[in-house]
Amino acid sequence: MSVIALPRAEPVPRRASPGWLALITRRKTTLAGAVLMLVMVLVSALAPVLASDPGHMDVARRLSAPGRAHWFGTDDVGRDVWSRVVYGARLSLLVGAAVVGLSFAIGVVCGLAAGYYRRLDNIIMRVMDGLMAFPAIVLAIALMAALGSSVVNVIVAIGVVNAPRVARVVRGSVLVIRETSYVEAARALGASDGVMIVRHVLPNCLSPVIVQGSFVFAAAVLTEAALSFLGVGVPPYVPSWGVILAEGRLYIQQAPWLVIYPGVAIMLTIFGLNLFGDGLRDLLDPKVRGLATERQRAA
Amino acid sequence: MKTYVARRLLALLPVALVVATVAFILIHLAPGDPASVIAGPDATPDDVRRIERQLGLDAPLPVQLVRWYGRLARGDLGQSIFLRKPVTDAILDRVEPTLLLTLFAIAVSVAIGVPAGVISARHHNTGTDQALMVVALLGVSIPNFLLGLLFILFFSVWLGWFPVAGYSPLEYGWALTLRSLVLPAFALGLVQSALIARVTRSSMLDVLREQFITAGRAKGLAERAVVYKHALKNAMIPTITIIGISFAILISGAVVVETVFNIPGLGRLIISAVLRRDYPIIQGVVLCIAGVYMLINLVVDLSYIVFDPRVRYQ
Repeated sequence: MSVIALPRAEPVPRRASPGWLALITRRKTTLAGAVLMLVMVLVSALAPVLASDPGHMDVARRLSAPGRAHWFGTDDVGRDVWSRVVYGARLSLLVGAAVVGLSFAIGVVCGLAAGYYRRLDNIIMRVMDGLMAFPAIVLAIALMAALGSSVVNVIVAIGVVNAPRVARVVRGSVLVIRETSYVEAARALGASDGVMIVRHVLPNCLSPVIVQGSFVFAAAVLTEAALSFLGVGVPPYVPSWGVILAEGRLYIQQAPWLVIYPGVAIMLTIFGLNLFGDGLRDLLDPKVRGLATERQRAA
Repeated sequence: MKTYVARRLLALLPVALVVATVAFILIHLAPGDPASVIAGPDATPDDVRRIERQLGLDAPLPVQLVRWYGRLARGDLGQSIFLRKPVTDAILDRVEPTLLLTLFAIAVSVAIGVPAGVISARHHNTGTDQALMVVALLGVSIPNFLLGLLFILFFSVWLGWFPVAGYSPLEYGWALTLRSLVLPAFALGLVQSALIARVTRSSMLDVLREQFITAGRAKGLAERAVVYKHALKNAMIPTITIIGISFAILISGAVVVETVFNIPGLGRLIISAVLRRDYPIIQGVVLCIAGVYMLINLVVDLSYIVFDPRVRYQ
């Protein structure tokens, strides 16, 4: 056995690349958004510790004002509003995450197929255009009418509504990436379509998609609240911010806390997601710009 | 220019086809047999068969689909199951409040959004700019129905300036109508004005960096003329697009806000239809709103001919 001695490579001094955490904490607004989201995750995770049973009724104390016993007061059947808001955070987080998952599963596959295979492009994108011709909330209402009221159906309806938006973003970046020189190189080396899509195209179109993710999340939280507020979302026994607001609307004169607390919860959640999404977009932007120059070179 | 218009019109066809098909599929998405779902749990088999015949659900699916396209082409949306009148009549009865609310809201959002964006761009990176943009981001984060509820709480319950809810039709005088729509229109429009402000600001910033602006300033034009006559006109294209999109968003937003303020418009119509499983009404309202949505997008596309001369020579 012979050993070939290779010249020992000088260790290249690693360029100090800031980690994810450093990048996120660099801008105050992004940090604020991340903190708001972290609070929401913690509140949902610790819901059983922080709150009591959100369905427990105490009719004797119905519509009592916020105080020591009930921080956020009680509703029309004496349920603790704080507990309902805390468990509502859990539902919002669940719906948001599941909708992002579902709309990405549909949107990324359709977007990749449409962008990569020219023959499929027209048909897929026409269907997506058709779906996007419906205003989001109206299509979601119609889907809920057909599917019936349940948490899973809310996720399906909002997921289907948002999928075309994801597909459009993915298709847009695939169209740019497929013209780049490294994709051409991979093709010249005989890479199959599968390898090409999974190893080369998909990873490079992820950053705009990730940014889209935070906005889809925000849209999902909003739409769930709106659907439940209208009475066509989750069933009324599920603690949801929209459901609490719908009840609060009826007692707005006697019990404004039924509107204020879940309202503030929704606002802070969406604000946090928007701040985070904006920050993320600016952060990932240089890469998108890098793609643009790549495109010019290819042309 | 003619080819541009023709291309835009032609592009509408496949979208309209998909929209019509989706509305058709809706009724068949429900688990189980649609006719018995519509009839409800207490219906007799005769009731179910009657509904099946009434909705044409007894024909094979492809035949149903073709008939559906044919009916839509004639503008026939069918009969409401619950209201016992044509869907088109039911929609026409409810169009007035939704349309007025949307127009009022678009006026509010443009009147606030465009100046806020221009001011923010003129005072780029100053305290005014940053404060306006934080307010705008906060504005984007408040759902319209929540803002509506907070308005009711503040202006109606606490201050007593406006009616808590309800709508006064035009026949009782436009002043009363306007008064009943102030809170809902602001609840809808304010959120949208935040979006318009953000878009106007960024497109103004782009335009203000252009050379013809520098040239204008160099030849001694007043700052007002530079900003309002030269920059604003060129910055309007993205703004027009977003105003068009806003109009579409506001119609669907009106659907939600109507519930907050108990306004008997299209939104109340579709929600009550959902609760009663009155599918023809649901399909009709969905198609009507999607149609308006498509029409607005077309108008936006065609408005580029006026605002962007480059389009004319395509």
